[in-house]
Amino acid sequence: MSIVSTTKDPEALTLTIVAEFAAPPARVWQVWSDPRQLERWWGPPTWPATFEQHDVVVGGASHYYMTGPEGEKARGWWRFLALDEPRLLEFEDGFADESGEPNPAMPTTRGRVELEETAAGTRMTVTSSFGTVEQMEQLVEMGMVEGMTLAMGQIDQLLAEG
Amino acid sequence: MVVRQLDQDEVDRLFTALADRTRRDIVARVLTHEASVSVLAERYAMSFAAVQKHVAVLERAGLVRKKQHGRERLVRGDVDTIRAAARLLDQYEEIWRARIGRLEDLLTAPEEGDSP
Repeated sequence: MSIVSTTKDPEALTLTIVAEFAAPPARVWQVWSDPRQLERWWGPPTWPATFEQHDVVVGGASHYYMTGPEGEKARGWWRFLALDEPRLLEFEDGFADESGEPNPAMPTTRGRVELEETAAGTRMTVTSSFGTVEQMEQLVEMGMVEGMTLAMGQIDQLLAEG
Repeated sequence: MVVRQLDQDEVDRLFTALADRTRRDIVARVLTHEASVSVLAERYAMSFAAVQKHVAVLERAGLVRKKQHGRERLVRGDVDTIRAAARLLDQYEEIWRARIGRLEDLLTAPEEGDSP
């Protein structure tokens, strides 16, 4: 399994996941910076993500939506806070309304992605910091859709393939 | 067992309650041993009233319950609520586990548009 560890801190409202990949940091950077690659893994198979804008510069914005099984759309945005290719990527993540405008009524999350070169490839540390528990719940609702079972099945398949 | 779902107000109360060191300590203590507020108050360098306030916050969050025992009211931890709190972070972890599984799939797949 590529996941090395997960750490949940209910006090600070953070989740830290460390994973290792057999690919160099420059390659792992691409799955974050290239919207076509990003949308292949960000959303679960039945709620695929589509990034309409992905402006990977400090202060730049991304706009994306996830399409549900009934055609419903959940929209979100990112704003890049810090970038150090191919080592560090930090962004604010929020919800958007139907027209794609950031919804100021909704609190935001912060994502910090660190890529470290290892002998085997890359160690990726993703830290998600939640402003409030409400935000965490909304994200769980957005992500915990029926497709999750399918996504987990894909992991099993990968593991079976060795 | 079925872990009940919390509504968002409940979740906010829950995490607010757990954001304090003394309150976390109280919860940990009364999960294993029921205790009256006076007994709890002896363990902390704060007034009885302050400890009573902490217990009230925990009670509103559903983390502890009080029950009558003879002449005293004993505080005890509510395991179901604590499980529900941990469950939220567990669910978010699952989202990320699934993402990383897909990411790995993508990294091991031949790149589209590459020369063969």
